[in-house]
Amino acid sequence: MSESRIPAAYMTPGTSSFADFLTAQSPELLPRHNAAAGNNLGDIAPHGTTIVAATFPGGVIIAGDRRATQGNLIAERDMRKVFPSDEYSAVGIAGSAGLAVELVKLFQTELEHYEKIEGTTLSIEGKASRLSALVRGNLPMAMQGLVVVPLFVGFDPDAGAGKIYGYDPTGGRYEQTGYSGVGSGSLFAKGALKKLYRPDLDEDTLVAVLIQALYDAADDDSATGGPDLSRRLFPLVHVITADGGRTLPDTEVAAVAQSVIAGRLQRPDGPIAEIEGGQ
Amino acid sequence: MRDRADFARKGISRGRALVSLQYADGIVFASENPSAALHKVSEIYDRIAFAAVGRYNEFENLRIAGVRLADMRGYAYDRRDVTGRGLANAYAQTLGTIFSSGGEKPYEVELFVGEIGDTAESDQLYRLTYDGQVVDEHGFAAIGGAAESVGGYLKERYTEGASLEEAIKLAVAALGHTDTDDREIAAKDLEVAVLDRTRTQPRKFRRIRPATLVEILGSATVGAAAQTDSSEPPAAEPAPEEPAEKPAEKPAEKPTEEKGADDVPLAPPADDDGEPPIAPPLD
Repeated sequence: MSESRIPAAYMTPGTSSFADFLTAQSPELLPRHNAAAGNNLGDIAPHGTTIVAATFPGGVIIAGDRRATQGNLIAERDMRKVFPSDEYSAVGIAGSAGLAVELVKLFQTELEHYEKIEGTTLSIEGKASRLSALVRGNLPMAMQGLVVVPLFVGFDPDAGAGKIYGYDPTGGRYEQTGYSGVGSGSLFAKGALKKLYRPDLDEDTLVAVLIQALYDAADDDSATGGPDLSRRLFPLVHVITADGGRTLPDTEVAAVAQSVIAGRLQRPDGPIAEIEGGQ
Repeated sequence: MRDRADFARKGISRGRALVSLQYADGIVFASENPSAALHKVSEIYDRIAFAAVGRYNEFENLRIAGVRLADMRGYAYDRRDVTGRGLANAYAQTLGTIFSSGGEKPYEVELFVGEIGDTAESDQLYRLTYDGQVVDEHGFAAIGGAAESVGGYLKERYTEGASLEEAIKLAVAALGHTDTDDREIAAKDLEVAVLDRTRTQPRKFRRIRPATLVEILGSATVGAAAQTDSSEPPAAEPAPEEPAEKPAEKPAEKPTEEKGADDVPLAPPADDDGEPPIAPPLD
């Protein structure tokens, strides 16, 4: 905060969007820069990988692995890619890691700023829509290989249910039913969820299902990290219900991850789904 | 300058009082405010709150500027780099410049910037006047109309390390106090908010809902006679005698920083009661 009079723009009523205000006042702080067009910068920045999310009656859970890769190297083993964006929502990110973390920071500030200026929170759809705008703002960067794709989840107090929104790099937003995933390992994770997910699972079971899905992603995608027993690094799991959101403590996730691993020692491919119409 | 000061004080003294009290776990702000939508007390940042009296559009502009300054700094640097002192300075410079510039009408506002730390000792409470003066308050303070008598009431009864319930009861009793009588303010006409260190979330600002206020205040009035733990008297008690020390109350506060207008600090706002209204300086 400056030592002189507050600039007139700060005192002018108008937008309650922090991103819009930042764009007008200090565009150099936006998470984008003017790299020479046509260059592919995708190889110089680490990539975050797999995020999964699923709803259960009365809430939603989002979980992410901890790995970031750069080419064939593991850049980070303990990266955080799931962030609470406010009390009733959270965002997981895949893609260009550094840029994605900045984008999340801007999104968090955006939601809090709106809440403070307006004295009320945005609707879940409103939050998802703001995130669309931020992702779309990143499109020039995406064209140069620095793609950021979030997965947004939140609790909708009007519907009394959890919601999941998927995105594309142009800011397109798609509400997802039941479960979803994003990132390089999400193909495998979504395959696992397709067989394991039921809409009526309780919270604890759903946490186990998501860890199973991340395990399957790590099993087949080299860019996704599995539970790291020697370093005690486990997926990040964030649960949101009518009571607000909470990131599960490491010990809780470790216990689930260990039982998943114990199961895999018996059956490396994981649980078997029931087959209807079979013998 | 004198005219401008009189003008600003006049405007401020027309409104209701707002009090701020430090208690064991933070700072409580309370004001009589029948509107549930137009707030006088608001959150600025994780540990910083803003409370103001006077012209709504003017202090609302200051509040929004504060939120923008804080969010901008927190975003560009880190959340820990946003401080109440920095914000109070920015407000002081702004109010001071506006007050002494001939081209603008002085703001008719008085405000608090409160910030809590990890312990009660590190809590900060700044009071800012219309001309950009900053006063580092300790324990309690009152602004707005009738700030003198409300402040005097608090001075006699304030104790350090009170519980939230005690602090709210005292704050509400003080707001209802005048030199002639004490009245009870209905919970629905109150705006009460706290910076509460015990909150687990990083954002420590919390509004006290009317239902909670009824619970807290109900116990103060219903069983007042039997209660021994209540440090403040029921609203019906005769007004305490205090006129003797009242005029000296404001000047006796310890200004640690004085910024803004280059003319000398002016007499406390309520002194000019009864003077004929003075038109704002035109430009």
